[in-house]
Amino acid sequence: MDLNLTSQELQFRDEVRAWFSANVPKDWVKRRNAEESMQARFDYLRQWQRTMFDAGWAGVSWPKQYGGRGATLMEQVIFIEEMARAEAPPMANVLGLGLIGPTIIAYGNDAQKTRFLQKILSAEEIWCQGFSEPNAGSDLAAASTEAKRDGDHFIINGHKCWNSYAWAADWCELVVRTDPDQHKGLTVLLVGMKAPGVEVRGLKQMSGESEFCEIFFRDVRVPAENVVGKVNDGWRVAMGTLMHERGTFGAALQVNYRRNFNRLVEIARERKLTGDPLVRQKLAQMYAEIEVMRCNQMRAFSRINETGVPGPEGSIQKIFWSELNQRFQQIAMEVLGPYAQLAHGSADAFDQGQWAYNYLRARGNTIEAGTSEIQRNIIGHFVLGLPKSY
Amino acid sequence: MQFGLNESQKILQSNARKFFAAECSPADVRRIMETGTAHDEKLWSHMAEQGFLGVLIPEDAGGMGLGMVELAALAEEMGRALVPGAFISNLLAASAIHAAGSTRHLAGIASGKIKATLALLESSAKWNPEAVAMPAVTGEKMFVPDAAIADVIIVAARDNGELALYAVDGKSAAKTAMPSVDLTRRIYKVAFSGGGELLARGDAAHKALNHALDVATVALCAEMTGGMQRTMEIAVEYAKTRKQFGKPIGQYQAVQHQCADMFLWTESSRSAAYYAAYALDSAIPDARAAVSVAKVYASDACRETGNRGVQVQGGMGFTWENDTHLYYRRAKSSEIAFGDATYHRERIAQLVIDQARSAAV
Repeated sequence: MDLNLTSQELQFRDEVRAWFSANVPKDWVKRRNAEESMQARFDYLRQWQRTMFDAGWAGVSWPKQYGGRGATLMEQVIFIEEMARAEAPPMANVLGLGLIGPTIIAYGNDAQKTRFLQKILSAEEIWCQGFSEPNAGSDLAAASTEAKRDGDHFIINGHKCWNSYAWAADWCELVVRTDPDQHKGLTVLLVGMKAPGVEVRGLKQMSGESEFCEIFFRDVRVPAENVVGKVNDGWRVAMGTLMHERGTFGAALQVNYRRNFNRLVEIARERKLTGDPLVRQKLAQMYAEIEVMRCNQMRAFSRINETGVPGPEGSIQKIFWSELNQRFQQIAMEVLGPYAQLAHGSADAFDQGQWAYNYLRARGNTIEAGTSEIQRNIIGHFVLGLPKSY
Repeated sequence: MQFGLNESQKILQSNARKFFAAECSPADVRRIMETGTAHDEKLWSHMAEQGFLGVLIPEDAGGMGLGMVELAALAEEMGRALVPGAFISNLLAASAIHAAGSTRHLAGIASGKIKATLALLESSAKWNPEAVAMPAVTGEKMFVPDAAIADVIIVAARDNGELALYAVDGKSAAKTAMPSVDLTRRIYKVAFSGGGELLARGDAAHKALNHALDVATVALCAEMTGGMQRTMEIAVEYAKTRKQFGKPIGQYQAVQHQCADMFLWTESSRSAAYYAAYALDSAIPDARAAVSVAKVYASDACRETGNRGVQVQGGMGFTWENDTHLYYRRAKSSEIAFGDATYHRERIAQLVIDQARSAAV
C-alpha cells in the first residue's frame, strides 16, 4: 500500500492549487449561501466556467484532441479535490462536462464531436438530460417518448421529467422510443431546446428551488444526423452515460463533507456542546463515517487505476455518500437546536440558513442518480450473484 | 497511489487462506472450541512454522519483520476461518514487549514455544490505561484472554502511582475461567501474588501499552472483516439455494437488500482496517484516529452483519449446527475487545474535537 502521490502528481497538484488560489472569485463563498435569482446565479457560474475554460481547466478528464487535458484518473481526483478545497464555484455546464460530453466522445460521430464538444467546454451551449419520464424512472427501459421517422428527420412526442438545468439548456441528450415492439428499442438523440414544440416547466422541489424541470415535446422535428450511435441502440449509449455518474465526482464529496464536519464542530463549540457526551458521540460517529467513505474512495480509485474497472467497493459509494449525508444533516440539526429550523432570509440563522436547506436537500440524495433501492438491486444481482428481483 | 496489497502481500494472504482451509476447517474449529482452552497445540506449532506468530517481530529477534499491512492480510484470513485461540493475545503481548524496548520472550513467541497474553482490565472494566489501579503486581485482573495457556503474562499495574508493565510467569498466577459468549477465545480472571520483571514505567509504559493496543486493534478489525466476509458468504449461498413460494429467497428484495447491506459493511470495514494498518506503518499524523475509525465502524458493522446473517437464514440460521452463530459469538467478543464503538467514538472526540486538529482539511 502506498497512498503517496508521485512527484508528477504533486507537481500537478501544486499547479492546480496555485491556479485556484489566484482565480477563485473572492465573493463566491458569501454569495453561495445568499439569496439570488436562478438566472443571475447561472450567469455567474457560466462566466466562471468561461474563466476556467480560457485557462484550460474545463474538461480535464477529456482527451486532448477534444480540448481537454487528457488527465490521468489520479490527476482528475486531485483536480476535483483541489477545486473543492479552494471552495471554487461549480461550473455551469455540469451535465455537459460530466456526462454528455463523455458520451459524445465515446459514441458520437466526427461531425457531432466537431459541432458540440468545444461549446460544452466553453459553456457557450448548456446541456440537460432527458432520461426519466413520469412512468419510467428506475425502469428507464420503459421510456415511451416516441420518435417517428419522417424522411431525414424524427418527430418527437412525449413528456420527460426530473431534468436538471433544462430551464437554462440549449441542448438535451434525449432517450426516445424508436421501436415500440422491442423493450429496449430506444435511441439517443441530441435535441435543440429552442426548437418549436419544446416546452419547459419548472418543478418546484421540497427544498424550495426549481433545480429540476419537466419537458414536453409536441411534434418536435429533429434531424436524423443527431442520433448518437445507432438507431435502437440507445440503451447501450444511455447506460454509458450513467456509468459516468458514478465516476470521480465522489472525490469532491469527502472534501466537502469534512469541511461541513469541521464547521459543525465550530458551531458545537460556539453553542458550548462539545462537552456533552451525546454530542461528542454523534460528532465522532460522523467523523468516522466520513473517513470510511474517504477510504472506500481511495480504494476504488486505486482499483480503477490498476485494472480499468471499479472494484466491488465502487458499487457501494452511492449508497454510502447519500445515506451518510442524510445522517450527517440530521446530526447537524441536533447540534444547531432551535437554530436548525432557520432558513435563508433569517438574520439569526447560522450560515445564512444553509443548514436548513442542506437538511431538506439531502432527502433527494437517496433518490437522484439511482435510488438506494436500485443500488441495492445492483449489488444483490451483479455483485453477489443473487437472482434478479424484477 | 496504490490502496491494497502488493504482489508479495497477495501471496502471503493466499498462502494463509490455503493453510487455514487445510489446517482449520469448520470441523476443526468446533473440535478445538470444545477443549476448554480453545487452544490446539498442533495448529499452533504449524502456524509458528509458517511464521504467522512473529509477523511483526523483527527478524533478528526471530520473527518475520513484516509490517501492519501484512499483519492485516493474515488476520483477515484468520477471521474468515474463525481460527480459535491466542493469536491476538500473543500479538498484543509481543507488541507491548517490543514497544517497551525489550526483546524478552520475542523469539519464543515467534517460534510458538512461549505463549503470552496481556492483563489490562480489572473489575472497573475500562479499556483506557488510566483506569489501571492494581498495585504492582498483586491483585486480580479480569477478562484476560487465553490466560490458561499463557507462559508469560504482561501485566499493567501501578508502581507508586505510575503505570508500569511487568512480565509475569504465567504459572505463578491463579486463573479462573470466565465462561463467555465466544467459544473460540477464552477469558479468565487472574490473581497475581507478587513477582514479575519490570518492562517499562511511566510515560514509556503508557506509550508501549497504547501502541500495543493500537496494533492489536487493527489486527482485530481486519480479522472482523474476514469474519464478516464469511458470514455474508454463508447467508448469500443460502439465499441462492433456499426456495419459498417457488423462488430462491434471495430473489426477494427484502432478503436481497439485507445481503447488499452486509456487502456494504464488509467492504467498508475492509477499507477502514487497511487504511488504519497503513496509517500506523507510515506513522501518518491521524494514525490513532484511523485506528479508532476502523474499530468504530467494524464493531457496529460486524455485529449488524451477524444479525442479518442469522435473519436471512431464518430458522436454519438459529441452529447450533449452522456456523453463523460461531461468527456471531466472535463478533460480540471482538466488538468488546479493546473498546467498543462507544469507547472509540470518545477517543475520536478527544483526538479530533478537543485537539481541534479538524481544522486542517
